[in-house]
Amino acid sequence: MSDVVLGSGTNRIGNGLKWALVAAINLLLLYGVTLMYAQGEMAFALLVLIITATANWVFLSSKAYSYRYVFPALVGVLVFVVFPLIYTVNIAFTNYSSTNLLSLQRVKEIHLAKTYETGGGSYGFSLYQNGESYQLNLQGKGDNKHSYTTEDFYLMGAEGLDAIQVTTLDDSSQPVGDKLAIKELIKLRQGLKKVQITLPDGTGLAMTGLRSFGAIAPVYLAGDNDTLIDSRSSAVLTPDHTTGFYIDERGERLSPGFTVYTGWDNFIRVTTDEGVQEPFLKIFVWTVSFSALTVVFTLAVGLLMACLMQWEPLKGNGVYRLFLILPYAVPAFISILIFRGLFNQNFGEINMVLNALFGLRPEWFSDEGLARSMLLIVNTWLGYPYMMILCMGLLKAIPDDLYEASAIDGAGPVDNLMRITLPMIIKPLTSLLIASFAFNFNNFVLVELLTGGGPDMIGATTPAGSTDLLVSYTYRIAFGQYGQDFGLASAIATIIFLMVGVISWLNLRATKKLQES
Amino acid sequence: MAMVQPRNLKYRVWATRIFLILFILMIMLPFLMIISVSFRTGNFATGSLIPENPTLEHWSLAFGIPWTNADGSISLPPFPVLTWLWNSIKIAVISSTLILMLSTTGAYAFARFRFRFREHMLTAMMIFQMFPAVLALVAIYSIFNTLGNYVPWLGLDTHGAVVIASLGGVTLHIWLIKGYFESIDGSLEEAAAIDGATPWQAFRYVLLPLSVPILAVVFILAFIASVGEYPVASVLLQDVDKLTLAVGSRQYLNPQNYLWGDFAAASVLSGLPITLVFLLSQRWIVGGLTAGGVKG
Repeated sequence: MSDVVLGSGTNRIGNGLKWALVAAINLLLLYGVTLMYAQGEMAFALLVLIITATANWVFLSSKAYSYRYVFPALVGVLVFVVFPLIYTVNIAFTNYSSTNLLSLQRVKEIHLAKTYETGGGSYGFSLYQNGESYQLNLQGKGDNKHSYTTEDFYLMGAEGLDAIQVTTLDDSSQPVGDKLAIKELIKLRQGLKKVQITLPDGTGLAMTGLRSFGAIAPVYLAGDNDTLIDSRSSAVLTPDHTTGFYIDERGERLSPGFTVYTGWDNFIRVTTDEGVQEPFLKIFVWTVSFSALTVVFTLAVGLLMACLMQWEPLKGNGVYRLFLILPYAVPAFISILIFRGLFNQNFGEINMVLNALFGLRPEWFSDEGLARSMLLIVNTWLGYPYMMILCMGLLKAIPDDLYEASAIDGAGPVDNLMRITLPMIIKPLTSLLIASFAFNFNNFVLVELLTGGGPDMIGATTPAGSTDLLVSYTYRIAFGQYGQDFGLASAIATIIFLMVGVISWLNLRATKKLQES
Repeated sequence: MAMVQPRNLKYRVWATRIFLILFILMIMLPFLMIISVSFRTGNFATGSLIPENPTLEHWSLAFGIPWTNADGSISLPPFPVLTWLWNSIKIAVISSTLILMLSTTGAYAFARFRFRFREHMLTAMMIFQMFPAVLALVAIYSIFNTLGNYVPWLGLDTHGAVVIASLGGVTLHIWLIKGYFESIDGSLEEAAAIDGATPWQAFRYVLLPLSVPILAVVFILAFIASVGEYPVASVLLQDVDKLTLAVGSRQYLNPQNYLWGDFAAASVLSGLPITLVFLLSQRWIVGGLTAGGVKG
């Protein structure tokens, strides 16, 4: 049993092949790890290294036989659930955002690549094409009578490059090929902007306009300890590791900034900054009430329907059941968008019916209370079939003689429900209800597709709406249209992780209690 | 049939039937309306449930065929709906197959072997299943951003990325299949082992053929979950031709470009096959759901 993977009874060649394959895969992965490490992506290098090492142990050691079956699934969970979780918690302690997106090293490179026109000479140019290669002919403007011809260069495949370095040929040489018209130049503009010409005297030239090249020089020079020196004013800019920006002596910031650890700052913002804290609390209360109300409503409708479906005198309930399940069968994203259209204030069908009957045209999307009711109505519609299915399964398990006995005693349907049905199903239902609560606590798709979180709250510094759940609020902070604050979003996500953790712990206890009793 | 029956049973049955029919009509109303809208002229048309001047304009556009209007102008299809549907189905089939493979082998070990940390792993998986992917999108985005530098077909804006990202969702399925495996008596596999079968052979040739029903349930559940997946796909995919249905459909109801009629036809067209899959397999799914607790 121990050597299944290495093959019991296979010949030596087969074994050798297997070892060669194992070695090749390992080499490939380790090469990847080295590359990632070299790029400074420590977290990813570590992740791949751990997976490679455990994979080797699991698939080569006979002691780890049982783990071979579990390993692929566990890697899936590790890479796409656990690692993102840890990564997110880590980001929560940084200022990672659209203004502080890159590492210090990359930001430094960006600043060092900045250039300015020195005014040391301007040249008109014409571009010549010869097959796939190009040559530039430069003519000095004004007093400058110099003219240069550059060597061949390529614009194809230059998209990934930061710059195309080009030197000039000696004075006598003439460009080869066809001179291009201005129309063609405009097409090639993006590539030409990357061309940097070095003249024989060492001056650097770059494109300064559609018809001209000019002398340029770098704005910043690298100093010691990651500092930058402004070549024009020789002012020194130092990287500030608390705010994540380069600052000069007066404390002025230079964009873009870099990512730094900011400790508990994001969490402090959530708890004390009024523009964040107030919407956060409001959204939290709404999220809890939304999930609780959804559970109550879907359970009420679902249980009622399940009882009716189980009622024997009703014949042909297979057809009823099919129709009742339909909202669950249609993909949710389609139904939600249908409702979005139907609730439209001006030409939605729902308002047309209301208008015809009562002369009302409620503003479903701009009034807070109405938007929230709409969300609950749609979610009850979407969710009751699931509760119905669950309840039908549980109701089947209740012995019929209980109802017989109650009927003899003259009990009505309400007595039956309160004294027999509910007490019998509530125990097995509890953990399912908690799971449903947790699902709706994070019901991102519903909010995102139906209201997009709106109507917006007033006085919030982050994009927050009155129908936003904590998840959609987090999503909008991280991927919204106005500035992407990954750090703050991750801090809120971390808080939600804790809450979800508590809910799942409660659920686990409920399940265990059920199993014990 | 219960032996004791109240006297007014007949009226109650009728009242319940009428109530049920009314309720079902109310539930069905959105679907009836959307079908009606898909046949109305123009994108802002209102009117009765049965359209007065039915037109195939929106249906033609949904199938990707340009439509010639009455005044001679030509409307082009706004979005490649059929491409989106194909993308969704392709991604869903591949990822459900992978999920099925990973979760069956995992469930086999959890059900049949005893090893260290077995209980811990099971509990941990149960808890991790509760954490929604929406919250870790920043991390998922940067995983694929990094991965794309080394393996281009797994980078951002590829279907490979969406497929791979779905593999984190195996935990629930492992629990489902494990429960089913445990309900199958192990004596058959033991008999196979005595005849010299390795555990892998016992799994492949004895246990798997016995478990086809649960495998079908897991495949369908994974398929439906994948088709309806919105947050991860919305962050990973950008190119219009690469979008899945769930991400793309939204673009019809953009406030600046509100294509209500076109959306109606496209949603009926694309929703129908997925709904049919669900309805045809509902018998088995209901059993699977009561055992687990997936959606809702």
